[in-house]
Amino acid sequence: MSSRRAFLSSTLLLILLPAILGGTPTSVRAAERVEITVSAAISLKNAFEELGALYEKQSGVGVLFNFGASGQLLQQLIGGAPVDVFASAAQQDVDEAERRGLLLPDSRANFAGNQLVLVVPAASHSRLASFKGLSHKDVQRIAVGNPRSVPVGRYAREVLLFHKLLPALERKLIYAENARQVLDWVARGEVDAGVVYATDAASRPHEVRLVAQAQDASHTPIVYPAAVVRGTPHQAQARAFLSLLLSEAGQEILGRHGFQRATR
Amino acid sequence: MDDAILSSIRLSLQVAFTATLLVVLTGLPLAWLLARRRFRGKELLDVLLTLPLVLPPTVTGYYLVLLFGRHGWLGGPLFAATGWSVVFTWQGAALASYVVALPLLIKTARAAFESVDENLLRASTCCGHSEWSTTLRVLLPLARRGLWAGTALAFARAMGEFGATLMLAGNIPGRTATMPLAIYSLAGSGEWGAAHALVLLMTVLSGLFLYLANRGAGRWL
Repeated sequence: MSSRRAFLSSTLLLILLPAILGGTPTSVRAAERVEITVSAAISLKNAFEELGALYEKQSGVGVLFNFGASGQLLQQLIGGAPVDVFASAAQQDVDEAERRGLLLPDSRANFAGNQLVLVVPAASHSRLASFKGLSHKDVQRIAVGNPRSVPVGRYAREVLLFHKLLPALERKLIYAENARQVLDWVARGEVDAGVVYATDAASRPHEVRLVAQAQDASHTPIVYPAAVVRGTPHQAQARAFLSLLLSEAGQEILGRHGFQRATR
Repeated sequence: MDDAILSSIRLSLQVAFTATLLVVLTGLPLAWLLARRRFRGKELLDVLLTLPLVLPPTVTGYYLVLLFGRHGWLGGPLFAATGWSVVFTWQGAALASYVVALPLLIKTARAAFESVDENLLRASTCCGHSEWSTTLRVLLPLARRGLWAGTALAFARAMGEFGATLMLAGNIPGRTATMPLAIYSLAGSGEWGAAHALVLLMTVLSGLFLYLANRGAGRWL
């Protein structure tokens, strides 16, 4: 074989190798274990990863997490994403999913609560002491979630409106795509302050400094609902995951990550 | 909401024009250097400048944040000196677009310069013209079609930038939300009608620029 032929054949073989080795007949795949997909608000990431491990251990069923802003997750569901459980950081998104007939209404339950806090970068010399202080000229950039699709952004807006800081503060607001991005911008010092969940602030304690907590009266109660998605082929397993969320073991894990107890 | 759409169109044009202007001002000399000179590290320079073309936009965005963030290698001193940071500004969006569009012009312009008959250039210098004069009067005019195509491509790419822009400039309506970012937000919040309009506009504009890059160069230049 000429060296050119050899080169072409070996390149072709290299490209096809993954397909040759990776392909398995469907009958073999059917014997592999069951897996459920859970779309969850990104603020639940740390707690859910722990819960997922516990669930897998207890049931032998695998869990695939899809974290993101609740609004984005809702759009994915509407678009037909093959998800088994939807866990949101606000009632609004689950309400909309239910309204469109995407969920099994009898499976819906609130499983956790959260608080809203104002944080600044840990290294900053800011003398910010309250939400009202955000109007001070030293505060140039405030990170909040995009109210269009991110619950933490909607809650933040409510708080700012409560303190009569909008519309004046509008030009200082920097919108983030999800709750963790708000946190990251504050932690990295790209902004002067940010409004995040208490649980998120607690997840990076050395990088952000807590300035104030929003009063309960200043925003809609932060409640996390979850439900099983209609049409899932794994209804039993999905319901089992929800049961785990509401169980003592599940609530203990959530509590350890800073979430409040579920208020049914 | 119409505000968000209109401002995204304005921002896209503002960012793309600024980025393309910078691309042409810096890209042409660089392409000239790569085409007309030999020096140590030349191919390394070419690779470095071409990287944003093949790297995922998120990687490019990551490097940009590392360099220009408030505590970045370049952004840190800038912030310390002026209190200003390029993050979350339209200039940041323009910078991201610049970085990803530059390789397109450099590659095309370099090829255009290299395709000009060497004999013509030698003839010009033989007649007594300086390198600068030869470039201006012989090289550029003969390479103009390739240069135009490269510029049109760079502009289209600058308008279509998303990943790196999102990471460096953020997605702020009215300030940095260019059309691609606005489409992302609108789709993410279920506002399909508005997203539809912008998608159509972007497709038409991009198609127009590709057409200009291909045919316009032949016909009008």
